[in-house]
Amino acid sequence: MFDFNVESTKESSAFDTIEKWDMLIIGGGPGGMNAALYAHRKGLKVGLITDEIGGQLHNTTDVDNYLGFGLVEGPKLSNAFLDHINSLDIPMLKNVKVKSMIHYAPDFELVLSNGVKLLAKTVVLATGGAPKKLSIPGEKAFVNKGVTYCATCDAPFFKDKHVIIAGGGNSAAEGVLDLVPWASKITVIHRSQWRADKVLLSKLTEVKNLDVHLESQLLEVVGETTMTGVKYLDKKTDETKTLEADGLLVEVGTVPNSGLIKEQVATNDLGEIVVDNQQKTSITGLYAIGDVTAQPHKQIIISAAEGAKAALVASQYLNKNYKERYHGEFIERRSNATD
Amino acid sequence: MANLLNEEVTQQIRDFLKGLKNPITMVLFTKEEPCQTCKETKQLLGEVSDLNELVNVEYKDLNQDSEAAKEYGVEMAPSFVVLDQNGTYKGVKFNGIPAGHEINSFLSALLDMSGVDYGFDQSVINRLAKIDKPVNIKVFITLSCPHCPGAVQNAHRLAMLNDNIEGEMIEAQTFQELSQKYNVSGVPKIVINGEHEMVGNQPLEQYLDHLENL
Repeated sequence: MFDFNVESTKESSAFDTIEKWDMLIIGGGPGGMNAALYAHRKGLKVGLITDEIGGQLHNTTDVDNYLGFGLVEGPKLSNAFLDHINSLDIPMLKNVKVKSMIHYAPDFELVLSNGVKLLAKTVVLATGGAPKKLSIPGEKAFVNKGVTYCATCDAPFFKDKHVIIAGGGNSAAEGVLDLVPWASKITVIHRSQWRADKVLLSKLTEVKNLDVHLESQLLEVVGETTMTGVKYLDKKTDETKTLEADGLLVEVGTVPNSGLIKEQVATNDLGEIVVDNQQKTSITGLYAIGDVTAQPHKQIIISAAEGAKAALVASQYLNKNYKERYHGEFIERRSNATD
Repeated sequence: MANLLNEEVTQQIRDFLKGLKNPITMVLFTKEEPCQTCKETKQLLGEVSDLNELVNVEYKDLNQDSEAAKEYGVEMAPSFVVLDQNGTYKGVKFNGIPAGHEINSFLSALLDMSGVDYGFDQSVINRLAKIDKPVNIKVFITLSCPHCPGAVQNAHRLAMLNDNIEGEMIEAQTFQELSQKYNVSGVPKIVINGEHEMVGNQPLEQYLDHLENL
């Protein structure tokens, strides 16, 4: 009934004072955790910094496409990853954000939200994505007054209510399933055709009280103190229609959490970090993995695999190029930089 | 009555509680029916307390033990506070059952209250020490919200470190009237001294910025 979900049975290892880390990983989702695992196996001095363990796994009720786990709840999968990392005593800093990162070639200085500064030879950016907004009038004004980006968090507030879901991908389809136990009516509004996986779409056929408006563009969220409905364009008839609803769940994809480094590193026009097939960014020693990158398939197993790849590539770089090319140079550059 | 915690979760909690340093006491206030989740909260605290001898629990009735309720500022049921080894109330309160994801803020409150160092940076501790006005932090949550335990944990840790601060979790479904009063329709929602609002889990520094500007 209460579905107890214990995060981890073991406290994470403390973040000891290390003068210079071989690798610091920013982000505690599947990618970051797997990078930590692989870096640890290579014997690197590795630490993981995250404001929330599990990342977007926590926004997912059910995961049924991670090999070997069958159907598993997102947080449970995250816990399994975390227990693995904790069993290896990999240092982890939780509930902390990285405020800025400065590249004093070849090293990186990270300044944390609590003011602490850390130095690392390599950095893996595994900062993932945040829910993308529709950017239509009324959306911002009614956030948490009907508009939500977290189905699992806020579903109880939609008991016996009509909720609109914006989007047509897997997250939107999963959003429908998350709301089924609560909402009295669900309407999906999507600007084109479904992009969700077939297995998910077949589950939706069993949902009663579900309306789907494809080829329909949301134009505005309307209401007074709370939202009362939406306006949308029916592209098939070119008509603007109004639909009364109590809630709007926005599931239109993610925007990359690349703000930390966007100005310093190559990104595409979506702000996603451009990486090569070894997860290297345009800065030597800096790697990016998972949803923060331009890699189009935002999947748990892909992020995890990219974490492994980044750690192995970084380890190679530390063993060969880092020493050969840069040994001894840092001190000099650093003192120049602080002059 | 069947156990609330299944074998797997029981073992996880037992392992987690091995980290306890000193005894702690939970004081639970329930009331006669109708009381949503009073019975279950009582059962949960009992089951958790059975898993480690350092975890004590006292059961009170909101109306019959009104003096005690007043002492801890408890006005609703179910509601419980966590006291340190000296039986001192440090402002750590839960209103409603900390089940679902919220079991994590519950377990962390027990560990923190037992004297486990939670590694706050000295700059945070220094800033916190300067807060000299009474502060009440309400964190509204739902049991299915994965981002909520972090917000509750922060509020409780601030409370433990400064006697002027009280941090309380409020389960929005159980206390719907209070949730409506504060227009809660998205969680976690943080309300400071009944007026300053923040939505979403915030880094400690954000909390401090708010508290310093009260």
